[in-house]
Amino acid sequence: MNDALVTLEAVSKSFPGTDKPALENISSALWPGRITGLVGPDGAGKTTLIRLMAGLLAPTSGSICVSGLDPIRDAAKLREFVGYMPQKFGLYEDLSVLENLELHADLRGVLGAQRTVIFERLLGFTDLARFTTRLAGKLSGGMKQKLGLACALLGQPRLLLLDEPGVGVDPISRRELWKMVHELIGQGIAVVWSTAYLDEAELCQDVLLMNEGQLLFSGKPSDLTNRIRDRSFQIRHAGGSRRQLLARALRRPEVMDGVIQGHSVRLLLRDNATHPNLLELEAGEQAELVQVTPRFEDAFIEALGGGPGGDSVLAQRLRPVVGVQDTVVEAVELTKLFGDFAATDHVNFAVKRGEIFGLLGPNGAGKSTTFRMMCGLLAPTSGTARVLGIDLKTSASLARQQLGYMAQKFSLYGGLTVRQNLMFFSGIYGLKGERQKAMVNGMIDIFKMEPFLHTTPDTLPLGFKQRLALACAVMHEPPLLFLDEPTSGVDPVTRREFWTHINGVVEKGVTVMVTTHFMDEAEYCDRIALVFRGKIIAAGTPDQLKEQVSTPENPDPTMEDAFIALVQGQSQEDSL
Amino acid sequence: MFSRIATLIVKELQGLMMDRQTRIILIMPVIMQLILFPFAATLEVTNNTLAIFNEDSGKESIELIQRFSKAQAFSEMLQLYGETDVRRVIDNQEALIVIRFPADFSRDVVAGRPASIQALLDGRRSNSGQIALGYVQQIIQGYNDERHTAKKQSTPSILVARNWFNPNLDYVRHIVPSLVAMITTISTLIVTSLSVAREREQGTFDQLLVSPLTPGMIMVGKTIPALLVAMTQATIILLAAIFAYQIPFVGSFVLLYTSMAFYILALAGFGLLISSLCTTQQQAFLGVFTFTVPAILLSGFVSPIENMPLWLQYLDWVNPLRHFIIIVKGVFLKDIGLLLLLQNLWPLLVIATGTLGAANWMFHRHLG
Repeated sequence: MNDALVTLEAVSKSFPGTDKPALENISSALWPGRITGLVGPDGAGKTTLIRLMAGLLAPTSGSICVSGLDPIRDAAKLREFVGYMPQKFGLYEDLSVLENLELHADLRGVLGAQRTVIFERLLGFTDLARFTTRLAGKLSGGMKQKLGLACALLGQPRLLLLDEPGVGVDPISRRELWKMVHELIGQGIAVVWSTAYLDEAELCQDVLLMNEGQLLFSGKPSDLTNRIRDRSFQIRHAGGSRRQLLARALRRPEVMDGVIQGHSVRLLLRDNATHPNLLELEAGEQAELVQVTPRFEDAFIEALGGGPGGDSVLAQRLRPVVGVQDTVVEAVELTKLFGDFAATDHVNFAVKRGEIFGLLGPNGAGKSTTFRMMCGLLAPTSGTARVLGIDLKTSASLARQQLGYMAQKFSLYGGLTVRQNLMFFSGIYGLKGERQKAMVNGMIDIFKMEPFLHTTPDTLPLGFKQRLALACAVMHEPPLLFLDEPTSGVDPVTRREFWTHINGVVEKGVTVMVTTHFMDEAEYCDRIALVFRGKIIAAGTPDQLKEQVSTPENPDPTMEDAFIALVQGQSQEDSL
Repeated sequence: MFSRIATLIVKELQGLMMDRQTRIILIMPVIMQLILFPFAATLEVTNNTLAIFNEDSGKESIELIQRFSKAQAFSEMLQLYGETDVRRVIDNQEALIVIRFPADFSRDVVAGRPASIQALLDGRRSNSGQIALGYVQQIIQGYNDERHTAKKQSTPSILVARNWFNPNLDYVRHIVPSLVAMITTISTLIVTSLSVAREREQGTFDQLLVSPLTPGMIMVGKTIPALLVAMTQATIILLAAIFAYQIPFVGSFVLLYTSMAFYILALAGFGLLISSLCTTQQQAFLGVFTFTVPAILLSGFVSPIENMPLWLQYLDWVNPLRHFIIIVKGVFLKDIGLLLLLQNLWPLLVIATGTLGAANWMFHRHLG
């Protein structure tokens, strides 16, 4: 193996005003011609580490060496061979694709004939040649990232730092980005790819697994998953509610972690633990325990010492839903036109009581538009959106009292205290007096918020905000919950905790409608509608969707495989 | 329903109090304007330089020069010795006004012939120049009168001007009551339009829209906090005006606060209308700015409305500040009659209905 391009020695970084360091004692090395995955949930310290390597921040202690240079002292020299793509694309949205490239080329001093050659190569490489005159702001998420990558590649770097290039990019564009990066390492470039999606780790040659500023693991991803070889299982063909089955399984001492995957329940067992007894778990007569290949996420949970339990205190606190009709949410020929562009095009679906229904689709496919019409944030151009039998067009306010809403960005009041947020959200849903007090205190108990009551959510970690947002959405005990990408960017443990609560309330009869482009969120759904170009191109249970794309070469496709195959199939059909 | 609106209002006020930046934006202007404006934005002319170019050598011109030097408006006197000096001091803004005595000035005065003095003003400072010229004329008038009395000649009849409601032409009395209007303008617009824009930016506005609150309730929930904040600020200025600046308040507090409420409603309508057009705080800020500057300039506070072209005077009718400034000064300084008050109050009512209605329509349309 050749010499390391980047070496990190006991690197720590603290920011003033925070009690915990952003990075603590990180030592590792990065090699040329390899993709190093910087993997971990939000707040793990990924961006800080990248900025340290790019010479944009100075470490508090420890040393960094990039190709023999100190990133701060030799910043000018460093810039000549380091390409950096920041998280929020370093693009000018009001300039065209070509103007963006020209600007970066000017800044990098790429001029004359050399520029023409490089532009041609990069535009071909990123497949952006057709869009050179389009404004960067009008590109899709995936194309923006490709343009960002092209700009970062202008100086022909030897070290390429990519900060969460997969964010806001649908699985298809994500695969294309990966393919491009793989071509680059063939040319001997060292690539750093930071990501919060743990499944992306398996695509990297090396992985730095981080959590809350700590380096949990450094090495080949397979080395980590090998540690938990023979410990990942699926319970397949189980009878009865798989949500209850998961809750029962998680109560067993031998089970370390568990999630729902379509109709199956995936379990991670403790080291040297006996296999759980399916009879005791009441998994049904047909149930079988099948050993499966461990995922990187399993290994991550293992490294953290296991997932949260499977019982939702929240669900126990809420009253069961009674007196709600069978069809809770219904879209009939729902259409939304923006000019002559149909963002949602004659969409029909119905969600039954106690069901988790997912709207899945690439960015810009129209799933947000559909979702916003269903919760009354947008009026349809034609067609009907009905919630609990109430037409949102005629009596929206009445319908809205019946629904809880939790958005992607956890729209809490960041400037108010935790307690003020709870009082506010219970108040606008009409809770008052003793009932309000009891409910707010109940939430404080359930989510253990006592120590933070007078803190503002802005200063609290993401996982906590998520809990608070969930509490705010359910205090009025709605029979229907709308979740808009509820766990994006959240660490796997918090995500499990969240879905435990959701599974719990669903068992109480609450109906859940969720929009997402995260495959593991999709796995929790009872039924999924795949939205593409404003239409539902496929609908069914997660397993049905997977079966639809199963081929002899890939008999057991993942949710992501299904997503890609279905969308690409439709895309080809459209172009015929 | 009322408990929900109350919840909204409490949240809004908590938000304003918790956020350090908003606190500063709401408190600082009150203090700054209250301290600075009455002193800095005065229309009196003091501490200026008067230059004298005296070609006369008689004692009459000396007598007049001595009177000039005692005037408070001019703290400094320059003695000039030639045409070039005159040009220089005006060009370099060394003096605001140059007084030139012709060589035969004293001779003419003694002989009882009409004598003339030339006054040269700096046209770049036309306002101050005009006022300074007024002082100069007063001094000359006084000098004339004395000469006539000394000679036991009857003086020609003269006009004595008396300024009612502000007998000493004390400019603090012009400025401080108007500050009540200015401050309420700024804070109402900030509390309404910027706070809606911030909610949009942070995504909390969606959260409000999916709740059972109707757009109307949300608007009430934004307007009442603005009313409370602006009225508190107005009260502070009122107290300062009465007790610190000793301006006599001769009108009725009930009338003042009632009209203030109407004024704030009209403004809140503008604020909400601006916010319904904006998606970011930056846009909302520019919107507020675009509204506030012409509103103040065309309110009659800076220059008389009658000086504007007729079409602009009609257009200015929708400017709520124009009506409120008449009311606030009227009630404050001269106990304006009910009829006169109503004449300026009903436009506010019309504007408030119009803007709030339009804002409500916009909010509904956004959902539609």
